Amino acid sequence: MSAFSTGAVTLAPHRVAAMVLRYLYLLRSSWTRLLELIYWPAVQLLVWGFLQFYIAQNSGFFARASGVFIAAVLMWDVLFRGQLGFSISFLEEMWSRNLTNLMISPLRPIEFVCALMIMSLIRLAIGMVPVTFLAIAFFGFNVYGLGLALAAFFVNLILTSWAVGIVVSGVLLRNGMGAESLAWTLMFVLMPLACVYYPVSVLPDWLQVVAWALPPTYVFEGMRALIMEHVVRVDLMVEAFVLNALYFSAGVVAFLQLLKSARRVGSLLQTGE
Amino acid sequence: MSQAAEPAIAVDQLVKVYKTTRAVDGISFALEPGSITGLLGGNGAGKTTTIAMIMGLVTPTAGTVKVLGAEMPRLRYHVLHKMNFESPYVDMPHRLTVRQNLKVFGRLYAVEDLDGRIAALAREFDLSEFLDRPTGKLSAGQKTRVALAKALINSPRVLLLDEPTASLDPDTADWVRAHLERFRKERGATVLLASHNMAEVERLCERVIIMKRGRIEDDDTPRRLLIRYGRETLEEVFLDVARGRGEAREAAQ
Repeated sequence: MSAFSTGAVTLAPHRVAAMVLRYLYLLRSSWTRLLELIYWPAVQLLVWGFLQFYIAQNSGFFARASGVFIAAVLMWDVLFRGQLGFSISFLEEMWSRNLTNLMISPLRPIEFVCALMIMSLIRLAIGMVPVTFLAIAFFGFNVYGLGLALAAFFVNLILTSWAVGIVVSGVLLRNGMGAESLAWTLMFVLMPLACVYYPVSVLPDWLQVVAWALPPTYVFEGMRALIMEHVVRVDLMVEAFVLNALYFSAGVVAFLQLLKSARRVGSLLQTGE
Repeated sequence: MSQAAEPAIAVDQLVKVYKTTRAVDGISFALEPGSITGLLGGNGAGKTTTIAMIMGLVTPTAGTVKVLGAEMPRLRYHVLHKMNFESPYVDMPHRLTVRQNLKVFGRLYAVEDLDGRIAALAREFDLSEFLDRPTGKLSAGQKTRVALAKALINSPRVLLLDEPTASLDPDTADWVRAHLERFRKERGATVLLASHNMAEVERLCERVIIMKRGRIEDDDTPRRLLIRYGRETLEEVFLDVARGRGEAREAAQ
């Protein structure tokens, strides 16, 4: 079996594929897990979509900004569900008390992270693609009409979601199931700061500084600029990408340090209990 | 030391301190390739921490562990594919079938002719009947057989077992012991077995290391231990060590 090696980092595709296969077996074994992937994004879309319909009937501004809420809902779900897809796959190992088996196998941390990223994409595709068609059917909003900008939005949001997912997984390894709630709640800290449904300018000056330190803020600003002003803000996407590269690298370093610390304090022996 | 004589597992002055607790306190031992050794001790004696350090799951505070010549945990990826572990306290994904679990682990260990290997393990461990059943729906005995099949999927050169027959009925436990005995003989693997079951250790092990409060209290063949302590069974020897009667006897002598 082949492996890619760049000195310190070795990546064996067959081990990444083995882990992806493990999660696909799990998804296949439970239709409720599959349904759950679509259920919340669909509910969220319908609530916000109908709300936008209602407001648009009573406000010229929102009539002009048609689709901005729906796009925001879809983008937010990419960010949130991307992280959740990553973290839930990791949590599955803790829930099933299988982590020790993996940690004593030849699977390397970087391969584990790669498998979790792939699963995050697969889970996102299963959950979000049907919902985007729902947006077309119910509200006439075609997110694919955003064209290449959509790809830039998606890449930036998924990178942020992975960075958060990696850190959460590291904290779970180090602190055990006591930190499980982080997986479900941490992303919501970003929601008001990343200005999902309103422009950054509505925040107080000092909070705007914090908002601009977060890559998703650039994506949501860029999305509003595209939908409302028909302007593609490449500068925002590049800035978001630079920040994401920084946060993603920091997330990987944090994960490896937390894993090292878990080996030191012996928490790999207690996970799942 | 020649390559052939290199111990399969070499533990030297190993220490593990968790905050203020010395879980393992300066232990040393070396296991010859192909040997089967029992690690005995009461709860909190340091057996599990020792095994965890050998597997690279826990970083030692001081001292060294080498497995097949590779220092753990620093060089663990040089040897993890040649090792494996089984414990009733570690599960496999419940929703996956036995075959799916074995496939996933077989791929992680890059086992060649995986389908053939799974078929051979299914015959050896009598798994064929429930190979396509979810692992979570098996009885404790069936789960242990599956866990052993997983532990042997890569034909490990070093096999670590943590109470492999805990919670099994006597018949299944005996069956498991017979298989472990056969595996060791046929494959020449090195086996380290932590257990509370003295009869099991007496039957399987050619050497016994007894731990107490993180230290090695005694280390010898079962026969020599029985003679030294003047006892009929290892259980009596274990009780002597656990209750400090061994130390009292040594002091008197």
